[in-house]
Amino acid sequence: MNNSVTNTARLLGAGLRALLVLTLVTGVIYPLAVTGIAQGLFNNKANGSEIRADGKVVGSSLTGQAYHLPLKKGQETPEPDLKWFQGRPQNGLGTNSVNTQYKLILSGATNRSGDNPELIQWVKDAKAAVVKDNSVLGYTVKPSEVPADAVTSSGSGLDPDISPQYADLQVHRIAEQNGLPVAEVQKLVDEHTEGRTLGFIGEPRVNVLELNIALKELVAKS
Amino acid sequence: MGPVFAGVLQLLALIGALAIIHVPLGNYMAKVYSSDKHWGVEKWIYKGIGANPDTEMRWTAYLRGVLAFSAVGVLFLYLLQRLQGVLPGSLGFSSIDPDQAFNTAVSFVTNTNWQSYYGEQAMGHVVQTAGLAVQNFVSAAVGIAVAVALVRGFARSRSGELGNFWADMVRGVTRILLPLAFVAAIVLVACGAIQNFSGIHEVGQFMGGSQEWNGGAVASQEAIKELGTNGGGYFNANSAHPFENPTPFTNLFEIFLLLAIPFSLPRTFGVLVGSVKQGYAILATMATIWVAFIGLMWWTEFAHRAPAFEIAGASMEGKEVRFGIGASSIFAVSTTLTSTGAVDSFHSSYTGLGGGITLLGMMLGEIAPGGVGSGLYGILIMAIIAVFIAGLMVGRTPEYLGKKIGTREIKLAACYILVTPALVLVLTAAAMALPTPANSMTNGGAHGFSEILYAYTSASNNNGSAFAGLNADTQWFNSTLGIAMLLGRFVPMVFVLALAGSLGEQKPVPVTAGTLRTEKPLFTGLLVGAILIITGLTYFPALALGPLAEGLA
Repeated sequence: MNNSVTNTARLLGAGLRALLVLTLVTGVIYPLAVTGIAQGLFNNKANGSEIRADGKVVGSSLTGQAYHLPLKKGQETPEPDLKWFQGRPQNGLGTNSVNTQYKLILSGATNRSGDNPELIQWVKDAKAAVVKDNSVLGYTVKPSEVPADAVTSSGSGLDPDISPQYADLQVHRIAEQNGLPVAEVQKLVDEHTEGRTLGFIGEPRVNVLELNIALKELVAKS
Repeated sequence: MGPVFAGVLQLLALIGALAIIHVPLGNYMAKVYSSDKHWGVEKWIYKGIGANPDTEMRWTAYLRGVLAFSAVGVLFLYLLQRLQGVLPGSLGFSSIDPDQAFNTAVSFVTNTNWQSYYGEQAMGHVVQTAGLAVQNFVSAAVGIAVAVALVRGFARSRSGELGNFWADMVRGVTRILLPLAFVAAIVLVACGAIQNFSGIHEVGQFMGGSQEWNGGAVASQEAIKELGTNGGGYFNANSAHPFENPTPFTNLFEIFLLLAIPFSLPRTFGVLVGSVKQGYAILATMATIWVAFIGLMWWTEFAHRAPAFEIAGASMEGKEVRFGIGASSIFAVSTTLTSTGAVDSFHSSYTGLGGGITLLGMMLGEIAPGGVGSGLYGILIMAIIAVFIAGLMVGRTPEYLGKKIGTREIKLAACYILVTPALVLVLTAAAMALPTPANSMTNGGAHGFSEILYAYTSASNNNGSAFAGLNADTQWFNSTLGIAMLLGRFVPMVFVLALAGSLGEQKPVPVTAGTLRTEKPLFTGLLVGAILIITGLTYFPALALGPLAEGLA
């Protein structure tokens, strides 16, 4: 009995020492070495691929943002600022609960199933809004033309991209709102449409923040 | 090019990369576990541990090493979280509550990485890098060590000695996981994954004002999270988060990482038992199931049969534009057929049948190709069952790799395959019968049931992915899921090591004309059949109530 207690204690001691040594190797040296190399060689990327416009940081090229009008008094859900290209719905983003000292961006999905009544309603409402917002004089959007990414939330809630179809669909509205020729806005979208990597990896996409920065420059010029 | 064709090309690229890597990596791992030389740094580590790496252990001693090391791991990680509030480098985050700290500690030590917390608002630098990421390495190394011990049981004769646990575990870290993770982390950073210690900082926005971001050692953790089939994300959105998985290429690269070791271990097995053909039969079984599951997933996800997706026009809910449906489906199948549980898209928002495929993948016992180590020992147990069934059919004493599968062996194998189904079905039934657990559901009807079935399936099989609509941060779920993870990891390991000991003591039986040729395609077919039938019979009623009811509605 006494013997087995001693043995167990000795074994647990060995386990603890093994853990501490390996914590030093994999939990301290490894992340610091990777950080050193990352900061040295890929400084901008390691720090979140921030992009600047007019000398100010306006976000990360990797994460999506909301392009909303400021909230009016008494308003709870903000309205989209139709002057700018709109990204995907962000119904999955979380709200700070535990650490209320911060206003952190909390990534996440809606996790609603395909037969969830709430999701069905969100999709219907989003579709109606996309049709309404993007139908301008001389250009009518048909509900069947609205691509799926325009009416669904992404996995992270921070999808930086939209499909080229959704970008194309917004061109007439953007042109009208900003007083630009349709052809020029379409050219902008085409320039910012990225195909599949190596022709087959992933899906074609348009980065909304980069597109809006280019749009801002175009508006400023004209 | 359509998205389906692009998906097929991505799958072919993945198969090509795995086909190239599995021979050298498998051979290398075989060398790692049979070499009698110690590296300088390893000698230093053994000195720190106070263990002699050359002592051979019988199965009981090996098991004691596994359990002691894991018990210390749980306690250490628990205390680290409980003390977070007073530790430096914690970004001002408070200590984690006891039930959640227990759940998370167990989760990372058992290679599950179930997460009932929000990564970016709960865990500071110290817990993430010195706690969670460390277990990503060592829990994976423990898994491979146990698999290697079983393989030694097949390879050795008239000796119950299975190697040295400390040497196997340490080598797994120093010679396999650490070098590969290091290279992978640099690749991920080069593609845009973040790696800094900036903590919580403000970043300007296009429309004015600013956002608050939590920056940390993400790439270094992401690399080992995939490579070690762990799956615990730095951020809540896991590998869907652009800072963890920034581009279509990193997505494919991460799928490759989580499959690389599990698909190479059959080669290691083949080399160690002296017949690479035996390894190919196992590899063919794994690959057949994996490819078939991806095909099924594409079929249901591209067909998008569910009310919300019919209106939307595609099942893009919970999926990222840069990955699309094709690559997201490959990720979802790969993560649930291994014990990874990382996600680049959210399984709860897959079609009813698509969600069912992710569930079934875990229910197979995660053996195609399975978690690092656990996949190999899991499928070898199934191989023993298949050999036994074949033996019954022809009336011969079954044997596998020159070892008799007698009463003791088949009892241990049978016990192994009973553990996880018992945990899954009993705990799911208990949660459904009690009044409060159902309050955690986000979705109603069949999908609500699936959320709970998924949680216990994921925990008991040490996967860690979720139908994340379930609010699992309750005392009930934190405790019962924690217990499911513990029992689902270590009870099967007891049977595996006991089996290894029993096989190692035997003397080999000679191959005769009547021996079942386990390196032939016929055996691969038999093995696939045995896996599907055993799982099907066990789980069909539960699947019928959840995903089948939802998908066929």
